[in-house]
Amino acid sequence: MGFDWVFFIEVVVGGLMSGVMYSLVAIGFVLIYKSSGIFNFAQGTMLLFASLTFVKLTEGSVNFWVALLITMATMVVFGILVERFIMRPLANQSLLSLFMATVGLATLIEGMAQYVWDSAIHGLQMADFLDLALLDPVNMTIFVSDYIEWLDILISKFDIFATIVAGSMILILALFFQKTRIGMSLRAVSDDHMAAMAVGIPLSRVWALVWAVTGIIALIAGLLWAERVSVSFTLVEAVLKALPVILIGGLTSIPGTIVGGLIIGVGEKVGEIYVGDLIGVQGIETWFSYFIALVFLLFRPSGLFGLKTIERV
Amino acid sequence: MFYRETGTFSTSYIEDRKLFPIPFDKWAMGVFLLVMVFVVPFIASDYWLAAHLIPILAYGCAALGLNLLTGMTGQLSLGTAGFMCFGAFFTFNIMLRSPEWMNLPLAMLLAGSATGVIGVIFGLPSIRIKGFYLLVSTLAAQYFALWFFRSYPYFLNYATATVTLPDHHFDFFGIGETFGVDMASFEAKYLMSFGIVGALALFAKNLMRSSTGRNFMAVRDMDIAASVIGIPVIRTKMLAFFVSCFYCGVGGALFCYAYLQVLGIRTFEMNRSFEILFMVIIGGLGSIAGSFYGAILVYEFPIFFSWAGDYLLGGAFDTAVVDNVAKIIYGILIIALLIREPGGLAALWATAKQKLRTWPFPH
Repeated sequence: MGFDWVFFIEVVVGGLMSGVMYSLVAIGFVLIYKSSGIFNFAQGTMLLFASLTFVKLTEGSVNFWVALLITMATMVVFGILVERFIMRPLANQSLLSLFMATVGLATLIEGMAQYVWDSAIHGLQMADFLDLALLDPVNMTIFVSDYIEWLDILISKFDIFATIVAGSMILILALFFQKTRIGMSLRAVSDDHMAAMAVGIPLSRVWALVWAVTGIIALIAGLLWAERVSVSFTLVEAVLKALPVILIGGLTSIPGTIVGGLIIGVGEKVGEIYVGDLIGVQGIETWFSYFIALVFLLFRPSGLFGLKTIERV
Repeated sequence: MFYRETGTFSTSYIEDRKLFPIPFDKWAMGVFLLVMVFVVPFIASDYWLAAHLIPILAYGCAALGLNLLTGMTGQLSLGTAGFMCFGAFFTFNIMLRSPEWMNLPLAMLLAGSATGVIGVIFGLPSIRIKGFYLLVSTLAAQYFALWFFRSYPYFLNYATATVTLPDHHFDFFGIGETFGVDMASFEAKYLMSFGIVGALALFAKNLMRSSTGRNFMAVRDMDIAASVIGIPVIRTKMLAFFVSCFYCGVGGALFCYAYLQVLGIRTFEMNRSFEILFMVIIGGLGSIAGSFYGAILVYEFPIFFSWAGDYLLGGAFDTAVVDNVAKIIYGILIIALLIREPGGLAALWATAKQKLRTWPFPH
C-alpha cells in the first residue's frame, strides 16, 4: 500500500489551521514580553474573560457591535488597572516575581470571570449576530461551515478568515514596533526599565497602552477561539498549548509566533497520526508539542527568531 | 522580650552553626514535635486527621519539593503534579509486585528515587535551556505522566479509573500484627506521614545549610557567575531536579496512600501543579517552613470559607462559588505578597519574631 499523499496533505493543512489559532494567542504573549520583558501567564484567562464578557452581553440581547465596543472598553480599563495596581509597584523587580504576579493575575481573573458570569460552556455563533456581507465584497458568507474544494481537500472558510486576521495583526504589530515612536520606546523599555525611564520614556503610560492593546488582541483571539471551540475553561488551557509556539518562535519575535504556530500545529497533527500509529498508542498529542519545542530549543536555546541573550557576570 | 537570645554565647564554631542557636527555639520545636506525635493522634478526631492534618503533610511535602527546585535553585517548574503522579504510581506498583517483605516506607523511598531519576531526565534540557524556556520541559513531564499512565493500564492493575488501595499495604515490619494495632487507621497513617515528612523536612533544612545548598542558591542567583567561581553547574542542577522530584514523588505517594486512599490519574491534573505553585509563592520562595505555611493556607482557605458561609450566613455556598472566591483570594494574595513582602508568609513570620524579640521597643 502506497503512502496516502492526499490524506497527508489534509493532515498538514489541518495542522496549519490549528497552528494559526495558537499564533493568535501567542501574539498577545509576545507583545507583552517585547514591551516589558514580562512573561504574561494571564493571556489565556484574558482570552476567557474577554470572550465570556462578550458572550454574556450578546446573550443578554445586546447588539453585536455595541457588545464588541463595551467589551473592548472593558479590556482597555482592565489594561489600565493592571498597569496601575500590578505592574507599577513591581517595576524593576526580578523577572521571576513578575512572572509569579501574572500567575496570580491569571487566577484572579479566572475566579472573577467565572464568579461574575458563570462557568458554563457557551457556544458562540457569530453568524447569528451579524451579516458579514458588509465586510465581504465578493459576497461570500464567511461564517458558514461550507468548504473550498481544492485538491480534494476540504478547508473551512472560517479557518481562512482566522488566518487572514492573524496575518494582518502580525503585520500591523511588526510595523508598529519597527516604525513608530511608541514602538521604539516599547523596545527600549523591554531592554531596561531603569534606563528607559532615565531617558524620559513615560513607563506607566506606555505599559497601560500595551496592556490595553493586549486586552483587545485577547478579545479578537478569544472570539475566534470561541467560534471554533466554545467559551469555557478550555480557553485557559489554550495558553498552555500556545507556550511551545512562543518558545519555538522566540519570545521576542512577532513573526516568530506564526512560524512557531505552524510548526507546532503541523507537528502535533502529523505526530498524532503517524508517530502514534508507529508506537501503537493514541493520544500523544497532549505532550508531543512540548517535545517538538524541546528538540528545537536544544539546538536554538532562544527560539528560532528570538533575541540571543548574551550573558555577563 | 518574649523571645530573646541574650545570654546565649557560642564558644565554638560548631556551636555557632547549630540548627537552633536560641534555646527558646530548641525547646519550642521539641514541644511542638512531642505534641504532634504523642498528643495530636489521641485527641484529634478522625475528621481532623483525615481531612486536615494528613493532606497538609502530603501537600507540604510536594510544595517543599517544588520549593527546592524553584525557590532554591531557580528552575521554574509547572510539572509538580506530574512528578507526584509518577511517585504515587511507582509506590503502588512496587507494593503490588514485590514479595511479602516489602513495606510502604521503603516502597516510597524507592519510588521517590525512581521519580528523581525521571526528574533528572526531564531536567536535562536545563543544561542548555534557561529561564522561561524551561517551562516547556516541565510541562512535557506533566502531560507525559498523565498520558503514560492513561495509556498503559498495566500500572493501574487494569482498573478502569481508580484503584482503592488495600489496607494490608499499610502494615509494615509486622507492627500491626505484633502489637494488634490497626495500621490502616487514620492515627497510624498520620504518624507515618508525619514521620516521613518530618524527616524529609529536616533533611532539606540541613541540605540547605551545607555546601550543596549554597551551590543551589549560587546557581539560582546567576549560573554563569556560579560556574566562574567553580561550582559544577550541571551537576548542581541535576541534583536539584533529583532531590526536588524525590520530594514530589513521596508527596504524591502520601497524597494517594495516606489522604485519598485511592489511586487515579485525575488526582494529578494540571490544576494540582498550580495549586502547589500557589503554596510555594504564598508560603515563601526559598523557605522550608514556608512550604508548609503555604500548604496550610491554600488547603484550608476553601474549607474555612465554606464553613464560614455555613456558620455565619446560614446557607452553605455553592461549591463553584467557593472555588471561584478561593481563586480570587489566592490571586490577590499572591500579587499583594509579591508587592509588599516577596518572601511570603515565611518572611512575615520572621518579621513577627523580630518584633517579639524587641518588644516593647520598636528596634
